[in-house]
Amino acid sequence: MFPFMPQQAVTPVTIPASEHAVRLRGLRKSFGSVVAVAGVDLDVADGEFFAMLGPSGSGKTTVLRMIAGFESPTGGTVELGGRDVTRLAPFERDVNTVFQDYALFPHMSVLENVEYGLRVKRVPKTERRTRALEALKSVRLDGFEKRRPAQLSGGQRQRVALARALVNRPRVLLLDEPLGALDLKLREEMQVELKAIQREVGITFLFVTHDQEEALTMSDRVAVFNEGGIEQVGTPAEIYERPATAFVAGFVGTSNLITGAAARSVLGRDGTFSVRPEKLRVVPADPGAPDPVSSDEHSAEGTVSEVVYAGPATRFVVDLDVGGRLIALQQNLEVSSMDVMGLRGRRVRLVWQRRHEFAIGSS
Amino acid sequence: MNLSRTARASLWTALVLGLGVIYVPLGVVVLNSFNSDRTFGWPPPGFTLQWWGAAWRSTGVRDALWTSVQAGLGATVIALLLGTMAAFAVQRYRFFGRDTVSLLIVLPIALPGIVTGIALSNTFHSVLGVPLGLFTVIVGHATFCVVTVYNNVLARLRRMGLNLEEASADLGADTFTTFRLVTFPMMRSALLAGGLLAFALSFDEIIVTTFTAGAGVRTLPIWIFENLFRPNQAPVVNVVAAALIVVSVVPIYLAQRLSGGDPQTR
Ligand SMILES: Nc1ncnc2c1ncn2[C@@H]1O[C@H](COP(=O)(O)OP(=O)(O)OP(=O)(O)O)[C@@H](O)[C@H]1O
Ligand SMILES: [Mg+2]
Repeated sequence: MFPFMPQQAVTPVTIPASEHAVRLRGLRKSFGSVVAVAGVDLDVADGEFFAMLGPSGSGKTTVLRMIAGFESPTGGTVELGGRDVTRLAPFERDVNTVFQDYALFPHMSVLENVEYGLRVKRVPKTERRTRALEALKSVRLDGFEKRRPAQLSGGQRQRVALARALVNRPRVLLLDEPLGALDLKLREEMQVELKAIQREVGITFLFVTHDQEEALTMSDRVAVFNEGGIEQVGTPAEIYERPATAFVAGFVGTSNLITGAAARSVLGRDGTFSVRPEKLRVVPADPGAPDPVSSDEHSAEGTVSEVVYAGPATRFVVDLDVGGRLIALQQNLEVSSMDVMGLRGRRVRLVWQRRHEFAIGSS
Repeated sequence: MNLSRTARASLWTALVLGLGVIYVPLGVVVLNSFNSDRTFGWPPPGFTLQWWGAAWRSTGVRDALWTSVQAGLGATVIALLLGTMAAFAVQRYRFFGRDTVSLLIVLPIALPGIVTGIALSNTFHSVLGVPLGLFTVIVGHATFCVVTVYNNVLARLRRMGLNLEEASADLGADTFTTFRLVTFPMMRSALLAGGLLAFALSFDEIIVTTFTAGAGVRTLPIWIFENLFRPNQAPVVNVVAAALIVVSVVPIYLAQRLSGGDPQTR
């Protein structure tokens, strides 16, 4: 399901204070009785591509708007590059935003849109023209200067919005689901492009998405949001391989929890454990066959209740004899849909390496 | 949609009849202003510019025209200022009784002119002691002209949302710069449309005018009314009516194009 990700060291990244592009401390925001953000602490390093991932309504946009200065926090502080900007207006902050609906000025040409930030900062005309044209070039929109936003496609508007923000060379670029309005194909293209542009300009990107795959493939680090708080911060590999809470395990990938009696019986331990579907091996539960399980492995028997053929891989839903259900993802290396569909209702044994199971705290 | 031939034919007939009832008499007025027969014999025996010349030379008409223009411009300026401010207040701020305020602003256009007229006349005359004149006409017209500006600006503000202003602030523009470079340009065609409508409303208003104008002040509609039954003035009245038609139709046509069109395509 995901591209290969090397396992990374779990040691927390410690960053000297001066190099924090963004630092949030105890950030809170309520709208009347609705608590949108309930105490967020976050450090984003200079030059990082950082994703804020979470379900709808988890407070991602509100955090972003407080960093940009559109909302004033109910409590806590926002620091940009070591400076407390909590009380500053948006136009006094060294950040720029790419809005979800792009918010391009409809009465201005593409070029005027991109020049806008430089114009209001009184950059001389020739310089701002040069820089705007450069920015348009970097998002591959040269030749579109004279058009109006209404005359562009969604993907092109998105890139104008990006150029309009980047031309100011902000310390931090905030992006609120910038690819949300694009179709799948364009979205995947823009993911690659956005990442390349970020590497090129070296500006810190703080990126909001509710698409876990997008967050994992694009970012250096990810913060997983839930109900106005952060559940876990880590590299994509850490988030995926070592989810800290059941929520993260469930939201990022398939959770596959082994808990209670099943955990005692299969793993010999109390608690809740998770193992990712692609780490499970499906073998026939044949009592006569030699035990396929070695000493650094665990296994559980069960019945296949569902088989989902998905082209390159097949998903098996297995009801365990000891209770609970696990999903196993097997690559279709040599089998075809004919072979796997017949497996429904069959007895199987799931085998996995112990190092791929991990305990998760309750959230 | 597929309509049978008869259905289509009857729809067309209804449309032509309906529009005919409104526009044929207007056409007759315009034609008669060029009719060489002073009693409007039909068909016109000949074409003449005589009445237009007579109207132009008539000081009564010229004075009335000038009064109407002054009243229209005055009411429009007041409407633009108050209507815009009211629209911003209602759209951008939450306050107690906001919906009521909105209703109160729109109400005058629905009130019978005679009620507004009597009310204003009483207030100016008896309560405030302001002598009736051009100024009171302007204030009287402004009460309903504000509505057109208010409605146009409010609709534009609603459609625009806050996004563009936030984007502008995000890019480093302070509040005033944002208004100058983003809010006002986005608002311009709505202001123009509202202003034109306000002017057109004021220009042909007669009832409120009658009650607020006092003795010496005569707008074009009032001049027409006073001269309507004087046989020797009939051709000139016709010319003035034809001119009024043009002066009210053009702003409304322009206003409709301005507020119907999307600012994105301009
Ligand atoms: N202006 C507002 N007034 C009242 N409630 C608000 C306002 N803005 C956000 N909220 C509430 O705050 C919570 C968090 O909203 P937020 O927009 O930050 O979520 P999100 O994580 O960005 O969600 P999504 O992925 O759907 O964009 C939600 O419950 C939302 O209803
Ligand atoms: Mg959001």
